[in-house]
Amino acid sequence: MADWFAENGLLLGLALLDGLAYAALVFMVAVGLNLVFGVLRIVNVAHGSLFAIGAYTAASIGIFFASRGLPPWMSYVALVLAAVAVGAVLGPLIEKLLLRRIYGHEDVLQLLVTFALFMILEDVQKLIWGVQPISQDTPLRFLGTVDVPFGEDVIPFTAYQLFVLPGVAVATLLALAWFLRRTLTGRVIVAVTTDKEAATAMGIDAARIMLLTFTFGAGLAALGGALASPTTALVPGVGAQTIVLSFAVVATAGLGQIEGAALTSLLIGLGRSIAVYFAPEFEVVVPYLIMVAVLLVRPQGLFGVIETRRV
Amino acid sequence: MRRESLLAALGAIGLVACAWAVPWLKFVLTIALAKGIAVLGILLLLRAGQVSFGHSMFLALGAYTVAFLAPSAPEVLLLLPLAGLLGAGLGLVLGLFLVRYRDIFFGMLNLAFAMVMYSLLEKLYALTKGTDGIRVARLTFAGLEPDRPTQEWIMFGIALGLAIGFGLLVRFYLASPMGRALAGIKTRETRLEFMGVPARRVLLAAYVLSALMGGVGGALIGMTTRHVTPQLAYWTSSGELVFIAILGGAGSALGPFLGATAFELVRVYAAAAVADAWQMILGGVLLVVILFAPGGIWGILARRRQA
Amino acid sequence: MSDALPLLSARGLRLAFGGVKAADGIDLDVRHGEFLAIIGPNGAGKTTFINMATGYLRPQAGRIEFEGQPILGLSPRAIVRRGIGRSFQLPQLFTEHTVLENAALAIAARRGIWSPLAPLLRPRWRDEAMELLDRFGLRGIAESRADSLNEGARKLADIAMAVALEPSLLLMDEPTSGVAAAEKMLIVETLVRVLRSTGVTAVFVEHDMDVVARFADRVAVWSQGRIAALGPPAEVLADPVVQRDVIGIATHA
Repeated sequence: MADWFAENGLLLGLALLDGLAYAALVFMVAVGLNLVFGVLRIVNVAHGSLFAIGAYTAASIGIFFASRGLPPWMSYVALVLAAVAVGAVLGPLIEKLLLRRIYGHEDVLQLLVTFALFMILEDVQKLIWGVQPISQDTPLRFLGTVDVPFGEDVIPFTAYQLFVLPGVAVATLLALAWFLRRTLTGRVIVAVTTDKEAATAMGIDAARIMLLTFTFGAGLAALGGALASPTTALVPGVGAQTIVLSFAVVATAGLGQIEGAALTSLLIGLGRSIAVYFAPEFEVVVPYLIMVAVLLVRPQGLFGVIETRRV
Repeated sequence: MRRESLLAALGAIGLVACAWAVPWLKFVLTIALAKGIAVLGILLLLRAGQVSFGHSMFLALGAYTVAFLAPSAPEVLLLLPLAGLLGAGLGLVLGLFLVRYRDIFFGMLNLAFAMVMYSLLEKLYALTKGTDGIRVARLTFAGLEPDRPTQEWIMFGIALGLAIGFGLLVRFYLASPMGRALAGIKTRETRLEFMGVPARRVLLAAYVLSALMGGVGGALIGMTTRHVTPQLAYWTSSGELVFIAILGGAGSALGPFLGATAFELVRVYAAAAVADAWQMILGGVLLVVILFAPGGIWGILARRRQA
Repeated sequence: MSDALPLLSARGLRLAFGGVKAADGIDLDVRHGEFLAIIGPNGAGKTTFINMATGYLRPQAGRIEFEGQPILGLSPRAIVRRGIGRSFQLPQLFTEHTVLENAALAIAARRGIWSPLAPLLRPRWRDEAMELLDRFGLRGIAESRADSLNEGARKLADIAMAVALEPSLLLMDEPTSGVAAAEKMLIVETLVRVLRSTGVTAVFVEHDMDVVARFADRVAVWSQGRIAALGPPAEVLADPVVQRDVIGIATHA
């Protein structure tokens, strides 16, 4: 055991740091998926595509800013701008043109409609940004690296992944918890989640709340993508991977659980990055193994509550 | 009902005529029939109100079975049932877990398993040659190894025969107590339990049958294309199966074949021209069909006749 | 008859939801062949009794025996197979199937569902299903989709499906609730006729005292988790305490 640590300690440390940064990104997507499901009762299969489009948009804006000779800190503005733009444009567009037609329809029909949307958005993304990898890592380089002490060694790790990603995720979690529990709009959203009919009867404009929630969820997915864009080269296919992964988080945590989604993101993020370093063939498999293992033991998810059966 | 059989017979004759008149279409039509067989499985699950976004994993399993075993056991009449059995076996193992879930959970867990299979096929290079894929070795038909054109005719004939066989099987299945109970899962699963019928086992039986047909369809694709790649297991391939099921219509066992033929023919002409926008067109058509013609091609044909 | 073994026997059933005691020491015997009505205020625990006897709720204490065998802890499916059927306050029909198919599926559930090739509506099962629907006065709507029926027909179809399983004990949860007043007695008369002819033992939860008086051999009054009174309808319904505490609440609710 001691030998193993002497040999692999650094690798393990790197895996943990990477996993933390990755978990932060996964959380951003999963929490939006969860929120949208809670209010609209639709699991949006195209949610991962919004992540991908957010990432590409951020990279494009960043590259544009750089070409205009703007200072490197402006690349952070690019990230936020991308998230807001994607959320504000695609969110209302999708909700009003498509989802609004299928509220309350059969589950299988809702699934097929968002799946069709997913197919469309994957190609829209390819048409706009092509299939060649795109990189824009100014935000990453701007903050430099930090030497993280790990046992007797130090691991140089980018400050962006060490502080910015987990920081934004924690801030999102806290802000969301505060928003849902302490503000009027937040409470209205919770009310619609709990009982839409009763909320509507009390005079709440459910249609408006649904539009707002979907736009906000789309923005969160896009923000996740924007934040991810500096850490990796963007290629097609990231949308499919993201939706399955964030669905794995939501299913593992239990639908409707925000804090649970945070913990599960951590679990799955760490699991995946440990696989990346120690068993790269199984990188893609690990999140699903975790999900299947959890669902076998607790079909309602780690933090989910069994819905009472009405007879 | 009699019209349905008549249409099926006309369709089969039409396919043979096309394959005879335009020889290169034989290949396209064989693939269409193979996919139609796999889509029959999607149709079964749709009847229970469930949709699998990962059924291409059974296609891949069937195709890779052929690719792996052809060098040592090239006999088509052996490989086809074997691929079906392996498909059913994988369907049983995964199904025991999957039938506990419904709706989005069912759909996405299927997708997750398919992505696992895709990444294994891609990453285990020593075994699968990764994205390069495997060329299928020479095949024998009942011990014989006829020349290329004859082989193409035989593959087309086998695919057509299996399509008719599985089509009839599914048609009988859907009208049987098991099939009607399967449809009951969509609307009132609890009632089945109150009648002493285990709903999960009803769904499991359909899932295993759908996996078997997926395995057979995949084997036919491997034998026809003679080259198998992990792409077969990718989500776009599963998406195509779902697309074909909706396009053809879930109302009849003919739907999958109507859908698959239309799909493959259009693809031959259109896919090259719009390669980058292919998924987008599929998604768009899917939306239009769901929102404006929910019965698919079969639904349109059936309505015409009644009018 | 009275000294014979009861068909269903419950002893000391206790079940509380939070602080609400739905069952607080219930002793109840159901005799062979009788129609037993359970009445009582809303939320008293009447449906809870049906749910406990069919395996959907597990009491915290007590036991239930059916035909002399303990059934607590068995799955709902196993209990159905032993011969306890039930119908629902909200009818549980396969809404996209025809009424005939609903009935035939219930017949198939008893005769053998695991047949993948022969049609559900094979001649013998179709005839049997038609005959069943005929007895319930539903033959005329056999080919209608179940989601197109009015509430009275849905209630009858729901009970017909339970009867198709040929249970020896049938538990019915408010067989006439939600039905228009004019239809109510028609439903009750149909039920009395069909159920008497099959010889099934029936327990039903009911709010309408006219229905109870017309239908029941015995009445159990369920109040605050206990059986407050038990006996022939004429006796129990005339009891001033029952009139004040149960019927008063029930009719003014």
